[in-house]
Amino acid sequence: MDIFLTLVYVFLFPGFLFLLAYALILEFLDRKIEARMQHRVGPPFLQPFADLIKMLGKEVIDPDGVDDKIFDTAPLVALAAVMTAYLYVPLIGNSPLAFQGDLVLVLYLLTLPTIVLFLMGWMSRNIFSAVGGIRVVTQMFIYEVPFFLALLTPALMAGTWSISEIAAWQQKHLWFMFLQPIGFVVALIGLQAKLERTPFDIPEAETEIIAGPWTELTGRRLAIMHLAIDISLVAGSALVAALFLGGPMTPWVIVPAWLSWIVGFFLFLAKTLAVLLILSSIKVATGRIRIDQLNDIGWKYIASAVLVQVAIVLVMNYFRVSA
Amino acid sequence: MTEVIIPIGPHHPALKEPVNFKVIADGEKIVRLELDISYNHRGIEKAAEQRDFIRVLPLLERVCGICSHSHSTAFAKGIEEIMQVEIPPRAQYIRTIIAELERMHSHLLWLGVAAHEIGFNTLFMWTWRDREAVQDTLEEMSGNRVHYGMNEVGGVRRDLTPSQVNAALARLPNLEERIKKYADMVNNQETMLIRFRGVGKLSKQEALKYGAVGPTARASGVDYDIRSDDPYIAYAEAPWKVVTDTHGDVYGRTCVRIGELGESLKIVRYCLEHLPEGPIRVTTPKAAPKGEIFSRYEAPRGELAHFIRTNGTDKVERLDIRTPTLANWTSVAICLVNQNLADIPVIVAAIDPCLSCTSRITVVNDYDRTEGVITLDELRIRNRARNRRQERC
Repeated sequence: MDIFLTLVYVFLFPGFLFLLAYALILEFLDRKIEARMQHRVGPPFLQPFADLIKMLGKEVIDPDGVDDKIFDTAPLVALAAVMTAYLYVPLIGNSPLAFQGDLVLVLYLLTLPTIVLFLMGWMSRNIFSAVGGIRVVTQMFIYEVPFFLALLTPALMAGTWSISEIAAWQQKHLWFMFLQPIGFVVALIGLQAKLERTPFDIPEAETEIIAGPWTELTGRRLAIMHLAIDISLVAGSALVAALFLGGPMTPWVIVPAWLSWIVGFFLFLAKTLAVLLILSSIKVATGRIRIDQLNDIGWKYIASAVLVQVAIVLVMNYFRVSA
Repeated sequence: MTEVIIPIGPHHPALKEPVNFKVIADGEKIVRLELDISYNHRGIEKAAEQRDFIRVLPLLERVCGICSHSHSTAFAKGIEEIMQVEIPPRAQYIRTIIAELERMHSHLLWLGVAAHEIGFNTLFMWTWRDREAVQDTLEEMSGNRVHYGMNEVGGVRRDLTPSQVNAALARLPNLEERIKKYADMVNNQETMLIRFRGVGKLSKQEALKYGAVGPTARASGVDYDIRSDDPYIAYAEAPWKVVTDTHGDVYGRTCVRIGELGESLKIVRYCLEHLPEGPIRVTTPKAAPKGEIFSRYEAPRGELAHFIRTNGTDKVERLDIRTPTLANWTSVAICLVNQNLADIPVIVAAIDPCLSCTSRITVVNDYDRTEGVITLDELRIRNRARNRRQERC
């Protein structure tokens, strides 16, 4: 791919411009699905767009004694991180930026918003934000290890550290959803926890600590941070789709390249929407658990389950290599 | 971690009414709770002394939005007792129907709030939707969703037509099904179980010692319900039983309330089907003889007590209202110790607090963090100063 096409890929389609629209559409769908399941009407289609634009124009309030420069830049860091992460996930075919090890890069880039949330909670000088910030990191220590392990097991089996190559491996063999069902379930739970959606919305528990780290965010800071979380939803579900559901690859080769891109793009849409549907259903069907209960569940069951999955993969690998 | 003070309220998303908790927490564990309930003084008791019996009932309905019928019934019942008036059976049945519909909408509302406190918004939306059926029935019968205005001294103000009775009866089967569904959810929904079970324990001894009332007490195994201990209106005739539970935690309180939903539905159905014929009110004297009465009533939240002293005129000499929430606050402070910070909202919500019983204003100075109580005179001076400022602008 020449430089022009790469620039189009990064900035227009399926890069940043499409990403912005798709993130907001996913937010709309998420809210609409949730509302319909709860017997509500739900927001109109353009509501997330309107919310974003409105919040961008609102007054920014600096809390007393807060370093407003860091407070301004922190959401941007989070946004930049998740937007970058998105580029390395195969969307319409192999990502043109793919390299060996991009999986590790994407995982750490997706962790950045969580760290930013903690920092903002800590910097806000507000008791609710501080408690929320502590909960953010506590929760991160619980879900992050199982989540990373679950996303790394496809790499172990495919024998590559590139997301695009893992997706391509599934084209030849079988989706990892079927090969590694435990890993798939843990990955979905981890994604739900990373996005801080019920039952893992502990850091922003409205009825306990107002909005946790979000409490002192106003105007464009809130808008950008909100957008960053929406984009992590896209990047996260695209990542799970690529690692476990075969990504945008078709099981057979489609001859003109442009047609295979179009098919791949629709596969990407269908698979991310499927992941979103699962995540939204979990959100609707549960209440919020407590941080100590999450600690119990996370380390006792989720971490053990994913370790079992890793062990199974290692044993399978051993026999495959010796065969 | 050292102890931190986490202020909750008077303005907080978990609270619908002004109350202030200073939660002293060590990490996520609660060490102690300091409670301040003095934010609103509405002077209702004093105002009640200035009005005659006809005008005092609408005022008393406004003590509380959710249990408006409870307050007016408790008062009317007391005055009728002083006057030695027996109200007609039809009026008693209508009062019972409204009272139990009120309990149903209150408990459905509570169930939604409790679910919301643990972030389970689906149940919140569902119960509030089903509550609409009860609200619609109440609106059909009385013309209002909240302040029904059904009571007067000597009976009720509106009769029920057969079409109203049929419409109400037609709504009951669906409600019954939904109540069964909620009972099922409480016992099977995983996040509700882990958030409700063992949270906010109150033993039977503690419940008795700290004077808990209503579902809070009944969930701790205290068999105390004014409707059966001191039956009034039609409770002695309707078939129903007191719901108790031995868990003593939020789970128990949820089970008791859902059980009571079913019992209320039975009472409503019985009263609608066996509505006696006859007048709906009797003429009462304008003035009540000199006397004192302690009128008890089982409001949705627990025992509501009106102490009424009359002096031979058409006004009360003294009216003292003890709401169930006031009786339950101490039990909250006991329940919260050693619990998790995240459980405060649900434990507080478990008594179904309703704050209509307060007296002073505490002022916190934001700059030097001092606190003080403002007297009424000072409030007047400040108010005058503010008015002058506004005039100048």
